[in-house]
Amino acid sequence: MPDTQQLTELCTQVRRDIVRMVYNVQSGHPGGSLGCTEFFVALYGAVMKHSPKPFRMEGKNQDVFFLSNGHISPVWYSVLARTGYFPVAELATFRKLNTRLQGHPATHEGLPGIRIASGSLGQGISVAIGAALAKRLDGDKRWVFALTGDGELEEGQCWEAILSAAHLKVDNLVVTVDWNGQQIDGPVEQVMALGNLPAKWKAFGWDVLVLEKGNDLEAVIAMLRKAKRRCGKGKPVVVLMKTDMGHGVDFMAGTHKWHGKAPNAEQFEQAMAQLPVTRLGDF
Amino acid sequence: MKINDITSTSNRATREGFGQGLLELGRQNPKVVGLTADLMESLQMQHFQKEFPERFFQIGIAEANMMGIAAGLATGGKIPYTGTFANFSTGRVYDQIRQSIAYSHKNVKICASHAGVTLGEDGATHQILEDIGLMRMLPGMVVINPCDYNQTKAATIAIAEHHGPVYLRFGRPAWPVFTPEDQKFRIGKALHLASGKDVSIFATGHLVWTCIEAAKELAAQGVSCEVINIHTIKPLDEEAILDSVSKTRAVVVAEEHQRAGGLGDAIANLLAHKLPTPMEYVGVNDSFGESGKPAELLDKYGLGKKDVLWAVKDVLDRKK
Repeated sequence: MPDTQQLTELCTQVRRDIVRMVYNVQSGHPGGSLGCTEFFVALYGAVMKHSPKPFRMEGKNQDVFFLSNGHISPVWYSVLARTGYFPVAELATFRKLNTRLQGHPATHEGLPGIRIASGSLGQGISVAIGAALAKRLDGDKRWVFALTGDGELEEGQCWEAILSAAHLKVDNLVVTVDWNGQQIDGPVEQVMALGNLPAKWKAFGWDVLVLEKGNDLEAVIAMLRKAKRRCGKGKPVVVLMKTDMGHGVDFMAGTHKWHGKAPNAEQFEQAMAQLPVTRLGDF
Repeated sequence: MKINDITSTSNRATREGFGQGLLELGRQNPKVVGLTADLMESLQMQHFQKEFPERFFQIGIAEANMMGIAAGLATGGKIPYTGTFANFSTGRVYDQIRQSIAYSHKNVKICASHAGVTLGEDGATHQILEDIGLMRMLPGMVVINPCDYNQTKAATIAIAEHHGPVYLRFGRPAWPVFTPEDQKFRIGKALHLASGKDVSIFATGHLVWTCIEAAKELAAQGVSCEVINIHTIKPLDEEAILDSVSKTRAVVVAEEHQRAGGLGDAIANLLAHKLPTPMEYVGVNDSFGESGKPAELLDKYGLGKKDVLWAVKDVLDRKK
């Protein structure tokens, strides 16, 4: 397993990949991707037991992950490529015609690492519950992880899923909420306030963990490991992970304005200057 | 077979065929799991649930969540059968089916009961007449509408062998049973019920029996009808349809569905490209249903035997 220094370097490289991918094709979603970089690097680099090659859809005796807020595909693609699922060079095809790296993740083109299409919001928790139930039926002791956005929780299906996971005692499931407080039209509190989020999840019967430092790699790794240990006790586990949208590029950070916008040439250079070249190399 | 040789042995609901089929399938295939959104007994899934409680998931009144969970179970290698009414199996959850099941090519069997006006007294909120159209538009979706108890049971078992999403549509009322109990179900293979030379009648679901009765009456009047059961609307058995039409040169299509988007449109599309032919629809004409008894509703909404007779007469006039 890579040490923390290596994973920190990977975080920087993933951020370079995100900005370069979005800049290349002048579209995509850098804000949420940058904010969740530590989460993805922690998950694939330190927390999950997973096997990139050969990639197996069913994921038997492996940990599996589902991304519900599919628009942050750049961070997922970068981490998948850099953990061995497909060639890093393929990141250059992001959102271009005939690519396996669709704007939103899809299984249709057969990209290794992707188990379901996402993009239309609110569906991923349900899917993760189903995968967790399949593991339970098979006596498979590994975990199912899922990530959802906070604005995404405005979708009613999320609450159907949250209700049912507790009722069905799906306790091999760790859902993380990217609690960055931002969505396309503005701060979540202004668009559709979520109220007391920890209390809501708790009232729905989940074991609730709050991570204040979602952009602190070591804190994220420690929290996801803690979440795994909290499994197996009859309750699903949620990590409410506070992140800084756009983290790592100062002018993109802390605002919804970079949710789905590409930088121009000047902004691109500005961003690259803040993300030093790593030994891993660009795609 | 001659039309007068087709007889009904009893009346049983197609949904009962589904329930029995699911139970037998469950015994054969441990990968099969069931889900329902608070309609277990309406779908006759209690037999499966009783024998395989650990493989059955009650999801409550949350159809969107049920479709997502089914997609996740399929990702994990299971063969999920979801059960709710046709309305809540399609229109209510179209986006969930589209993204998590159809586009993701998940091996989910969407099993939909109480389709069409024969649902009866509950009225138009529950009588979906657009579901075949909605589902056949989805790339890769197989769409099946069996005609009686035996065929629904056989189809329920057969679709487990097809890897990919399937929409299986059936209904609420007791309905004449006339297909052989041991008849094998082959997806996409139309069933030739009676040979004829004057007109081809293609029917699906409950209206197959209605067309058989109409064809018997027409036979007595000297009109020879070819009756073909199109239980699989997608993929369509183009060869069987073109073979028949090239002989009869007149077509009637009957279905318990809107005229728009259903089997009729599928066949019209085929014939427009390959063999333009006079054709009449027996289907609901751009209308919602209403409360009433199934027979009354079939009569009022143009889905009865008389409507098949008129359609045949009209198309034969056009053929001249």
